[in-house]
Amino acid sequence: MLSFNSSNIVSKTKTISRRMFLLNSFKAVVLVGIFGRLASLQINEGSKYKSLADKNRFRETKISPPRGIIEDYFGKEIASNSRIYQLHIVPESTPDLDLLFFRLKSIINISTKKLNYLKKQIAKKKSWDTIVISDNLTWAEFSRVNLFLHDLEGAQPVVSVARFYADNSSAHAIGYVSEISPNDLRTKTYLQDLNIEGVAIGKTGLESSLDEQMLGSPGYLRFEVNAYGKKIKQVATDEGLKGKTFRTTLDQSVQKESSDALRDVSGAVCVMDIYNGDIISMVSSPAFNPNSFVHGVNRKEWKDLNENIDKPMLNKALSGLYPPGSTIKTLTALSALENDIVSSKLIVTCKGYIDLHGERFHCWKKKGHGVVGMRTAIKKSCDVYFYEVARRLGIDRLSATAKKFGLGKKVLQNYKEEKAGVVPNTKWKKKELGKNWYIGETLHSGIGQGYFLTTPLQLSLMTAQIANGGFKINPRILVDENDKTSNLQKYLEHMNTTPGNVMSVNDQIYNFNLKPLFRNQENINLVKDAMFAATNEVGGTSYRSRLKDKKFMFAGKTGSSQIKKFTQAQREAEIKQQDITYLERDHAWFVAFAPVHNPKYSISVLVEHGGSGSSAAAPIAKKIIKKVIERHEIREAQINRKLGENI
Amino acid sequence: MLYTRSSFHSPFAIRDKFFDLDFPLLISILLLGIISMFAQYSSSGGQFDYHSKSHAIRFFVFFFFFLAISLINIRFWNDYSLLIFILLIMLLVAVKFFGVQSQGSRRWINLFVFNLQPSELMKVGIILFLSNYYHKISSGDVNKFRYLFYPLLALLIPFMLVVTQPDLGTAILILISGVVITWLAGVRWRIFAYLTGLFIVLAPVAISFLKPYQKSRILTFLNPDSDPLGAGYQIIQSKIAIGSGGLFGKGFLNGSQAYLNFLPEKHTDFIFTLFSEEFGFVGSVFMIILYFFITFRITLIGNITRSIFGKLYCYGFATAFFIYVVVNMSMVLGLLPIVGAPLPILSYGGSSMLAMMFGLGIVMSCNVYKNNAIG
Repeated sequence: MLSFNSSNIVSKTKTISRRMFLLNSFKAVVLVGIFGRLASLQINEGSKYKSLADKNRFRETKISPPRGIIEDYFGKEIASNSRIYQLHIVPESTPDLDLLFFRLKSIINISTKKLNYLKKQIAKKKSWDTIVISDNLTWAEFSRVNLFLHDLEGAQPVVSVARFYADNSSAHAIGYVSEISPNDLRTKTYLQDLNIEGVAIGKTGLESSLDEQMLGSPGYLRFEVNAYGKKIKQVATDEGLKGKTFRTTLDQSVQKESSDALRDVSGAVCVMDIYNGDIISMVSSPAFNPNSFVHGVNRKEWKDLNENIDKPMLNKALSGLYPPGSTIKTLTALSALENDIVSSKLIVTCKGYIDLHGERFHCWKKKGHGVVGMRTAIKKSCDVYFYEVARRLGIDRLSATAKKFGLGKKVLQNYKEEKAGVVPNTKWKKKELGKNWYIGETLHSGIGQGYFLTTPLQLSLMTAQIANGGFKINPRILVDENDKTSNLQKYLEHMNTTPGNVMSVNDQIYNFNLKPLFRNQENINLVKDAMFAATNEVGGTSYRSRLKDKKFMFAGKTGSSQIKKFTQAQREAEIKQQDITYLERDHAWFVAFAPVHNPKYSISVLVEHGGSGSSAAAPIAKKIIKKVIERHEIREAQINRKLGENI
Repeated sequence: MLYTRSSFHSPFAIRDKFFDLDFPLLISILLLGIISMFAQYSSSGGQFDYHSKSHAIRFFVFFFFFLAISLINIRFWNDYSLLIFILLIMLLVAVKFFGVQSQGSRRWINLFVFNLQPSELMKVGIILFLSNYYHKISSGDVNKFRYLFYPLLALLIPFMLVVTQPDLGTAILILISGVVITWLAGVRWRIFAYLTGLFIVLAPVAISFLKPYQKSRILTFLNPDSDPLGAGYQIIQSKIAIGSGGLFGKGFLNGSQAYLNFLPEKHTDFIFTLFSEEFGFVGSVFMIILYFFITFRITLIGNITRSIFGKLYCYGFATAFFIYVVVNMSMVLGLLPIVGAPLPILSYGGSSMLAMMFGLGIVMSCNVYKNNAIG
C-alpha cells in the first residue's frame, strides 16, 4: 500500500472531480431553494409578516426583584423594602403624549421642567421602552391616577418596592441606594445586562459592596400586545430571584444610642467585640437621611450635605483620618517594653517640658507631673515621660508595633471608602516626602502627633487587641454563620475550665491557632492596668467619666490630636481650647474597654474639634459603654439561640 | 512521470508567497468580517460594547492568524493532520471531565484566557484527518473493508463525544463534513446505503437517548404552531422578523423584532435573522452570494491544487462551509429544526471563528503551495 504513482493520482483525481461535480450541482439546487424561501418570505408574504410584526407582537418587561434585606445581629431590618407607587408609560401605547402630559399635570404633582426632560428621554428611546414618569407617588396621587385612568390612555400605575431605611443611625455603615449613573454602568460589569428601568443600586457602604448579591436576578413578564401596544394577554412570567439577605454584627439599639450620644457633635464611634472582632456599633455624625437618595436627592439637600463643614457624607469611623494623640501612648509603652528598651520601672521627672537639640517639647500640663513611673505616665498621660520613651525606642520599632496592632492599613474588606491611614517611619518619610527623619519627629510620634493618621475603627481594633490579652483579631461586620465561636473564645473557655493552667505562647498558637501580638503577656497586662488607673483612680485623665458599678466599670485612655500647635504666647497666656476658633480646636479621642475585670468590648470615640478627650469624648463613651454592657446578655443569648437552631 | 517530482526545494521569500494568496477570497473574507461587525453592532443595540467589541477584536486577531497559516507549507498540514486530530479528540475527552458547564451542556474547556469549544475545531479537524487518510491510501483500496474501518471510527468517536455534551447540531455537522470527504474519495454508494439503513434501524434507540428538549425541538419543527410560546416561539419570531424585512429591509439599527428581544440568541445562531430584517431581500441575497462566492473560490483552489490532500481538503471544506451556511439559514428560515449551528464568521463565538479562520487558512495554504506535490 501507500503506492505513489501517477496512475493512482490520476484515478483518484478523476473520482474526486466527478463526485465534486455532482456535489456542486446539488449545491446549486439548494441555493435556488434558499433564494426561493427568502423571496417567498420577504417578497411574497412580506406584507403579511409586516403586519404580523406590527400588529401582533410580543412584549417583554423586565421585573426588578426585591432587593436583599440588611439586618442587624438580632434580625431587625436596618435596610428593608417598602411598597411604593409609580407611574409608567409606554410611548407606543400612548396615542397622544401631549394630551396625556397635560392631563397628568392636573392629577399629580409634576413640574413642566420634568415633563420636558421626560419628552427628551422618550425621543431618545425606542417606542416600546417603558418610561418612568414618577417613581414615588403619594397614595393620594396614586388613587387619583387610578380613578381617572380611563382618561389617561397609555399611563400604567405600578405598585413596586423600594429601599427603606428605618432610621439614620446606620446611614454610613449601611450606605444608601440611588439610581444608576453612567459611571456605574462603565465600572460595574454586573449592571451591564441588568437593564431595568428605575432600579436603584448601592452607592456607599455595605449597599455598595454587597450590591451584586442584593440585587438578585431580574425576572420578566412576556405578554402579547395589539397594534396599539395594549396588552392582550400575558404569556409567560418569571418572577426573578429575590436578592440575598445579609445579617450584620451591628446592634440596632446600640447604633441608636451611639447616634444619640453624638447628636450635637461631629465625630464617630466604633464598638467592637474584642474576641471575635464583631463590630457592634459604627456611627458617624452628623448623619444624612439615606431615604432621600432612593428616589433621587433634590438639589438643595445635596448642596447642603456637601457644603456642611462637618462633612455628613463622610463615614468618619473608617474614612476619617486623625492623629491618634495620646491614645497611642499605650502602644509606645508596649513597644518599649516588648523590645526591652526600657523596663516598667523607668522613672522620669517631668518639669512640664524637655529640651532636645535646642528644641523645646512641652507636656500638656504646664507645671509638669513631677517624678512619674510608667503606670502613672499612662494614667496621667504625661507627655514628657513618653518623649523620653520614644527617644530611646526610635520610630521604626514604634512603627512596627503600631502596624502589628492594625494601624496604617485597611482592616475591613466591606468598604471601598475605607482609608488605610499612616504609620510613619524613616523609610516611609524617605519614600513619601523624600526627606530624612528627625529625632524631634520621633518625640511627636511617641505621643501620637505628627505624621500618624488613624481611623476610629483602627483605634477600636487596637484597644480590642490590648484588652483581649494581646491576640490578633479580624474585625467583621457581616455575621459569619459558620464561625460562631472564635478561636480566642475557645481558648478562654478552656482556660476557665482548667483554673491555674498556664499555657505557653507556643501552645496557644498550636492548640488554638491564636496569633499573639506580644512576646511577654505581662507587658500587655501592665498597659491594661495603667488604663484601669487612668479611668478608675483619682488623678486619672478620665476619672470624672468613670462608671462605679462593677458591672459597667471600664478602662480607657484619652487623647487629643493637635490641629494647630500652640504658639509660645498662647501657651504663656494659658489659652484654653474653648477660647480658640472651632476649626482650630483639637480633635478629642477616647478609647476604652469594658467591663474592666472581664473585658468583652472595646470602644473608640472621636469628637472633631472637641478639645480634650477627657471632657468631650469620654462622657460619650461612658453612655455607649453602659448601653453595650446592658445588651451583653441578650447578645450572648442570640449566639446560643442560633446555635441551638442549627443542632 | 512528470507529476511525481516530489517538491521544489527553492524556498519562497515571504513576499513572493504573499502575492500567491488568492486575493478575491481574501477580500471576500474581509468584507464578510466587516459586515459581521455591523451586524454585531446592531445586535448589541447600537453600541460598540459587550460582544460587538469582542467580536471585532476576535475577527482581526483571527484574520492575522489566518494569514499566518496561509503561509505555512501545505506539507506541514498534511504531515501533522493526524496529530491535530488526536489532539482534538483529547480535548473533547478533556471537556467531558474538566469542561465548563453552561446552560445544561458541557462544551467548553477553560484555557484561562478564554473558553474554547473543541467541537467547533473538530469540524475542521475531521476534514483535515480524512483528506490526509485518503491521500495516503491507493485508489484501489478505498472500498476495502479494512480501509473503511478507520474512517468510520474517525467519524463516530467525535460524533459520540459531541452528541453527548449534548450538542446535536455540531455533532451532525461534524459527521456530515466527514461523510462528504469519504464520499468524494470514492467510497461506493452502496456502503453509504448500508450505513444509512443501519442508522434508520438504530434511530429509535438513539432517539431514546435524546434529551427531552431536543425531542421537543424536532417535534416542533414538524409543526411549529403547535407550541407557539415554547420551542416554536423562536422559529415563528425568526420568520416574522425576516418576512417583515421585505424587499429593502427596515434599515440599519431599525429592526424592531430583533430589538424586542424575541430572539434570545440573536447575536449567535440568529444573526442572519437580524441582518435580513434590517437589510431585506436585497441585503440577504447579497450576503448569500458572498457566502457562495467564498465556497466557489475554495472549489477553484481545489481544482488547481496538485496534491490529492489539497484537493480533498479544499473540496471538503468548501462543501462543509456551504453546509454550515445552508443549515444555519434553513434553520432561521424555518426549513430545518433549530439545532444550534452558527453562521460562519457572522455569528458571535470565538471557537467557531477560530475554526473557520483556521480552515480557510489551510485552503489559502493550498493556493500558495499549489504546485507542491506531497509525498
